[in-house]
Amino acid sequence: MKYTKRLDGRKFEEARPIEAKVGVVKRADGSAMFRTGKTIAIAAVYGPRELHPSHLRNSEKGILRCNYNMMAFSTAQERVRPGPSRRSKEINLVMEKALLPVLDLSEFPNTVIDVFVELPQTDAGTRCAGINAAALALADAGLAMKDIISSISVGKVGDKIVADLSKEEEDFEGGATDIPVAIMPRTNKLTLLQLDGNVSKDELKEALEMAKKSCQEIYKIQVKALKEKYGA
Amino acid sequence: MEMNKEYIESLLTKNLRLDNRKFSEYRNITIETGISPKSALGSARVKLGETEVIAGIKMDAGTPYPDTPDDGAMMVNAELIPLASPKFESGAPGVDAIEMSRVVDRAIRESKAIDTKKLCIKKGEKVWLVFIDIYPINDAGNLFDAAYLAAISALKDTKMLKYDAKEDKVIYEKTTKSLPLLNLPIECTVVKINNAFLVDPSYEEEEAMDARLTVAVLEDNSICAMQKGGDQPLTAEETLKMIDIAIEKSKELRKKL
Amino acid sequence: MTLVAQDKSIVVPGEVLATGMDHVPAQGTFRENENIIASQLGLLSVNGRLIKVIALSGRYIPKVGDMVIGKITYISFSNWSVNIGYAYEANLSLKEATSDFIARGADLSQYFDYGDVVTAKVIGVNKQKAIDLTMKGPGLRKLKGGRIIKVTPSKVPRLIGKQGSMISIVKEATNCKIIVGQNGLVWMQGDDPEKVRLAEETILKIDREAHKEGLTDEISKFLKERLK
Repeated sequence: MKYTKRLDGRKFEEARPIEAKVGVVKRADGSAMFRTGKTIAIAAVYGPRELHPSHLRNSEKGILRCNYNMMAFSTAQERVRPGPSRRSKEINLVMEKALLPVLDLSEFPNTVIDVFVELPQTDAGTRCAGINAAALALADAGLAMKDIISSISVGKVGDKIVADLSKEEEDFEGGATDIPVAIMPRTNKLTLLQLDGNVSKDELKEALEMAKKSCQEIYKIQVKALKEKYGA
Repeated sequence: MEMNKEYIESLLTKNLRLDNRKFSEYRNITIETGISPKSALGSARVKLGETEVIAGIKMDAGTPYPDTPDDGAMMVNAELIPLASPKFESGAPGVDAIEMSRVVDRAIRESKAIDTKKLCIKKGEKVWLVFIDIYPINDAGNLFDAAYLAAISALKDTKMLKYDAKEDKVIYEKTTKSLPLLNLPIECTVVKINNAFLVDPSYEEEEAMDARLTVAVLEDNSICAMQKGGDQPLTAEETLKMIDIAIEKSKELRKKL
Repeated sequence: MTLVAQDKSIVVPGEVLATGMDHVPAQGTFRENENIIASQLGLLSVNGRLIKVIALSGRYIPKVGDMVIGKITYISFSNWSVNIGYAYEANLSLKEATSDFIARGADLSQYFDYGDVVTAKVIGVNKQKAIDLTMKGPGLRKLKGGRIIKVTPSKVPRLIGKQGSMISIVKEATNCKIIVGQNGLVWMQGDDPEKVRLAEETILKIDREAHKEGLTDEISKFLKERLK
């Protein structure tokens, strides 16, 4: 099915309006809010701190533990039943894998760096917004990082490759493929890659190129948010 | 790490608090509604000093309780998410979260803040269910009062869904019809440290407190809900004194809504 | 080529600070091929050939030699556990607690009890980050009374100032005794609660603005205004 004009009028490679703010949870060691269109993610980092249960402790380095949660009133349809789901547990894992490559936790054996991501409103691209917020929160918490992590969902809606799918686009009746991506901006290395749909290899290549470009734009916004906290 | 209890107590003997507030003074309160407009039917963010709490409302249609066949139903769920404080843990709501949920619930239920009769779709068969979900974002003390203000503000902001009687299902589209509300109570928490009674405790004051009393007050100054917390007991005189303070402060807080 | 970022500017992790081999990466930076890269969010500080980034946030990481403020949380038969704000508690052994002779089986709470706040020095940090403390040394003692607040540990050098210059300004203006622990805990004591609160406000202001230039003058001005 042809997709000639995006449902919200954006250009195919255009991301939704983005807003980022650092230091939004004062009691946390680091925190940030990241909004992509109507998807809002708040991330808070606590650590390095004592790790319970003790059998999870690693005597050589600290561990990263991500906890993603959609608030009960965050989706347009029915209320989300509170509590972890299989989906949220998988997202915890891919978020950890997306963030770990830039962290060096060898200085903090036996501890945990807890990252909590909460979403008061969702409109697709939640794990990406969560990763963007989490990366900012980790930097805000003063942790040593080789790079920031920037993330976006690209994909195919109908017959077009697009950036930053909205929920409407994900549910497009002509078919949609969702490809969440995260990169280390300086080297363009991928730390998150998932795919859900149906694309050819060439389409995937095109999508990844688009993802790289979008992530560089997101990176600029993340850098600005970090520096803004100190009036820079 | 609690390290200032003695200092707080010594200040109180000189009529002083850590942040120079009067005993009966609340921190700066801001209430913002419609913070999750795309998904929640009503929502609010309350800032009480640096304490921040958000609440959102969802609705659905369901069967009424058998003893109240033509009344809508309500459920309050507050979660002490670990995002908001180094003290909160992951997992199912613990007893502190459950206490907060039930204390907020009691005030809204007993005051009949929501006009549940107007939430009847078909007597004995279908009524509207109102879900109030509350999440602290930053715990700098006095989550109870902030949570309560967020819940009430979110209810005031709520627009209803529509029920399609023909298709017998809910249409998940916000209408322009407001949630029918009646008497809104105001909840006020007073803590006791030695012989001092303080409103709106900061988290350092909460760590040092002997007891706390949360009182829900209606516009006619009657009381519709109360909860005592803390490890130390209260005398009857102390309790009445704290209730007086709560009634007095409720008038001021009501103006914020 | 050399410096890419501006000295005394705020830099973010992953930001390229300098290219070429002219500079040496120090704290808060690392070398990646031709580039020196920031590994922390902080203030870039260039000193001759040395490039470092001073972190503006982060929990306390114990180092040998640090003087810290802590709270006794556990008393065993031959040691105390002290919370100094790290993920795990530090250890104060019998022989490092005091020069007094303590008989076997003595009640250790006579010396330091639960909840006591003390100044101590870090004498050992092993690979697992087990921490050993001593209280034998000048100025190390139990602290009685006083107000304790928290600042960012990485900003403590700025708060103390060169040879104590910054913190002395605050002490003199507010007439308070002030002890700053390397772990970010600050103890203040004064006769006038108003002055203690002014000391608190000033110290938190220094903590917030540690990355700004001309802070010493700014703080002197601030105190002068408030004491009028």
